This record gives sequence, C-alpha cells and structure tokens, in this order.
Amino acid sequence: MVAPNQDEIARGIKEFILREFLPGENPDELTATTPLVTAGILDSVGTLKLVMYIEEKWGARLSAHETDVEYMNTIGNIAKLISNKLK
Amino acid sequence: MNRAILLHQFLDHAAEARPDAVAVDNPGSGTITYRGLAELTDRLRDRLVHLGVRPGDRVGVCITKSIDAVGAIFGALKAGAAYVPADPHAPMSRAAYIFGNCAVKAIVAENKFVDGLRQEGEWPNGLPPVVSLDGSGDGTALRTALQREQARDPAPVVPTVYPDQDSLGYILYTSGSTGRPKGVMLTHRNGVSYVDWCTEVFDPKPQDRFSSHAPFHFDLSILDIYVPIKHGSTLVLIGYEVGKEPANLAPLIAEKRITAWYSTPSTLTLLAQYGNLQQYDYSALRYVFFAGEVFPVKHLREFKRLVPHPRYFNLYGPTETNVCTFYEVPKVVPEDRTEPYPIGKACSHCEARVVDENGKDVQPGDPGELIIRGPSVTQGYWNLPEQTAKVWFTDGSATKWYRTGDIVYFDGGGDYVYRGRRDRMVKKRGYRIELGEIEACLYRHPSIHQAAVISKENEEGVKIRAFVSPRDGVKLSIIGLKKFCSENLPIYMVPDLFSVLGSLPTTSTDKIDYQRLKAME
Repeated sequence: MVAPNQDEIARGIKEFILREFLPGENPDELTATTPLVTAGILDSVGTLKLVMYIEEKWGARLSAHETDVEYMNTIGNIAKLISNKLK
Repeated sequence: MNRAILLHQFLDHAAEARPDAVAVDNPGSGTITYRGLAELTDRLRDRLVHLGVRPGDRVGVCITKSIDAVGAIFGALKAGAAYVPADPHAPMSRAAYIFGNCAVKAIVAENKFVDGLRQEGEWPNGLPPVVSLDGSGDGTALRTALQREQARDPAPVVPTVYPDQDSLGYILYTSGSTGRPKGVMLTHRNGVSYVDWCTEVFDPKPQDRFSSHAPFHFDLSILDIYVPIKHGSTLVLIGYEVGKEPANLAPLIAEKRITAWYSTPSTLTLLAQYGNLQQYDYSALRYVFFAGEVFPVKHLREFKRLVPHPRYFNLYGPTETNVCTFYEVPKVVPEDRTEPYPIGKACSHCEARVVDENGKDVQPGDPGELIIRGPSVTQGYWNLPEQTAKVWFTDGSATKWYRTGDIVYFDGGGDYVYRGRRDRMVKKRGYRIELGEIEACLYRHPSIHQAAVISKENEEGVKIRAFVSPRDGVKLSIIGLKKFCSENLPIYMVPDLFSVLGSLPTTSTDKIDYQRLKAME
C-alpha cells in the first residue's frame, strides 16, 4: 500500500474533527493552522479520540509525548507528524 | 495519640509519630518526609503571619499540584487561616475573581501566575502580598522563596495557631448559576468529621499509599490529602497532565504501588479503555473509590474485570457535605445489569432524609429530594446570604438540613438510589457545572443576542450543548465561540456542541423554550 501523503492525512483529520467536535461549522473556518487544544476545540478526551482515530485509520502509533499540545495543536502539525511516521 | 480536632493537627501528630516516613511523593520531582513537611510549613506559617495573616483570614493558593502546593495549604492552616485553592489551569480571571471575592489576605502562587492575577482581578487596594514561587515540584521552590524573603525581611518564628473547630479551614469554589463561581465555606469540623469517618470505614494503615488525582480545588482532595496524613501514610500526587493520559497513568499507579485510588468514574473509564491495564501489576491496590458522577455499569464492569481484587466504593456527596452516603460495589457485577449502582447508605456522621416539595418525608420507593445534616455540612456560601438561605430546610424541631438538589429514592435494600437533579446543575467528568454560568459567559460575547445551554447524557457521558443567536445577523463561527469560551471558562465548561439559530424558540410567556431545544437533534 502506498503511504498517504500529508495532504490526504490533513483532509482525513479535518473531516474527523468537523464531524466529531464541530458539527455545523463552515469547513472553511477550520484550517491547517487553527489552534485545536488552546482554542477549546479538543479537550483531553477529544485528543484521545483523535489519537485512536489516527491509529485505526493509518496504523500510526503515537507515543505519549507526541500527544502533547506542541504536536496536537494544529491539523498541519498532526499531519506532518503522522506522514513522517508512515514514511 | 491525641485526637486531632483541626486539619493541621493531623500533620502535627504524624510528624511526631513518623517523622522519617514519606508524607508526599510527587512522581518525577521528589518526596518529602513528615519532618520536612512540618518544618517547611512552619516557615510558611511564620511568613504569612509576618505578612499580616490572622486567624479567620483567607489565603489564596494558586500552584500547580506539587509538594509546594501541599506545603502552602498546611502553612495557611498553621497561620490560623482558611486556604482557598484556585485552579491554576483555568483562565487566571477565575482565580483572580475567587481571591478578590473572599478578600484573601495573602497569596501563595507560582511566579508565572502573578501577573495574570494582578491584571485580571479588581484590586482597589492593590494585589495582596504574594509569596511567589519560581516553580513547583518537590518543595524546593517554596523553601527557596521563603529563604529569599527571610534574607530580605526576616519573619520571626511564631507559634502555630489552633483556632476554634468551627473556624473556616478551606473555601472551595464551584460553578455558580448566576455566572460567577461561588465559595463553599468549610470548617475544620466539617473536614475532620469526614476524615474520621474515612478512618472508621477504610481502616487506613501507615504503609498505605493514597492517590491524589483530583485537583486541590475539588472536594475529592479532602480525602486524598488528610486521610493519609492523619495515618502517617503517603500521599502520591498525580499531576494534571499525567492524570489525563491513561497510557502514562496506568503504569504510574502500578509503579507507585498505590493502595487506595480515588477519582471520578470518567478517569476509571479512560483507564479501562486506553490504559492497557492488563499489562500492569496492581496487587498493592486495596481500594478503588469513585465519586463525582454516575458510573455507567458497562464501564464499571469492564474496569472491575481488569482489576478485580480491590474493594470498590461509590462515594456520594456534594462539596457542601463532602461524602454523605456510600455504597460498596458487590464482588461480581452481573453481565445483564445496566442500572447504575445505588449511592448507598448515609455515612455514620451524617443523617439523610428524602422529602417532597413541602418538606414531608416521602414513602420508600417514591422519589424526593435528598437532605443531609451532620458535622460535615457546610456553613454556606461566602458572602451570598440569599443563596445560602435557599439551600437550608428547617424542620419542625428547628434543625437545619442541607438540600442537595439531588432527586433520589430509597430502595428495598436500604440504599438511596440517585435519579437526577431538580435544577440546572450537571456533572461532567465529576466537575460540577451550572449551565447558567455558561450562558452568562456567552451573553458577554459582543455578537451574541441570545444563548441557552442544555446537557445531554448517554453512555459516553454528559455533553453540553449551546444554542446561540447572533446580534444583527452577524455570522458566528463555532470555532470562534469555542475559543471565546475557553478564554473565559475552565475547559470542562466549554460546550461540546454549538448550534447557531436565527432566534431561539420561546414559550407563550416569551421565555426561552428549553423543552423544544432539548427535543432538537
């Protein structure tokens, strides 16, 4: 299987976040740089759900420190982390 | 051993009986012995008294959970003051409001919070004196701050203050329906009577190791802090971050050989779901206590399956009474059980009744409001006489009972069973949330015309949903609304879902129609 590229991963994460945490939001409002944790979109349980989703969809295992806010605060950062892991 | 009647006497006695035993273990930072904790808190006592703290005053504490924070608590108590812990992870405007509201005489805080406290609060006479810590961890930051102050402006050694047992020991702020947190005033008698009940039922031993998972501004912390210290056992601090990370928390409980665990059901559920519990050795664990919300049986069964040998207790009680009923979960949770377990029987230091709207006792099996009296019941809310008056029910013999607001019934087995609330308070992951406080926050948003907040519950837990209508047709972004809330409320109060409507539905009397909002999918 060809590893998904960073854009595909970002799209998948964006769809998941819109569906789970922001139903009703205009998709254009959620960009690669929108803060997720520091703006109250992802709380601790939300972060765990997103990590589970990433593990199930792409098989990427995140270590505990990678779920910190510095990696998880934007879709852009998360997608970069995941695509680097899958390379 | 003399019997303690004040919270800090628990520390006095343990420091005498077991000076070299570890009092507090802060994983990753270090430990402190009873002798060390007694000395450190003596020095903070001296400093606070030097700063003008007198019996009956309040001392604000805004420190990340640490040995330093435990030291701040006992230092304040030794000065004869009540401690007021504020959530260091919530917006600083909240801590500043709390400290201003109860007019703290001094503050013990980490440096990084001091500017926020100063800027976000209203201080007509300036910020009260601050004992400012460069950080927090194993107590070094508090010790260093005190040494620095001592070199600059020596504080003489003063005796520990032993106030009357009905003096305030601590004030815990909870969500308030009028839009501001309200301070539940608790005396030494309130705290000590509850801790003594814990002794009677759980028979703690010096070799026990108690978890401290709940934050110190949460009422679960009273058992966490004072029960181990009363018995010369060890308090193992669980930090804010690790406490939310099941993958790190699960091994920590095993490594630290914790014998008594206490947390909300939400945390236990996350541990069962994401903690890989079967990998670890929990043979030291004697007790699992849970409180703060209903534990869905499905998740309780799963946790018990993974960790079967400890005794499990459901501890029930609002901050105003602390634990007032308790229930031991049977060894085996039947596969077909879906009904949550009861909240149990009244604790021996409390009396409970179930009454109707007129204050008449209802028949067993009929629902009514649970009312409580006993030595652990609060004096009321700080500076809110009207709200305080509303929570009391006075019976025919002029006895005051605390109205919990919880609807329960008495089942055939001698236990109380929780049914729900009679008002708009909800519990989410153990946190008490007044929906009105979230609405009040939303109304402060410049572009919001109307706001209504409801809660919905399913097996996943409680979800908070906000309905808003914009002012003058402004376009509201949900991300923007979440951001606004997270800047003004603790994260657990930020609504999970937002719906933007042109206008909110109203009833015939022009009030917001909550029933229709609840019916919306």
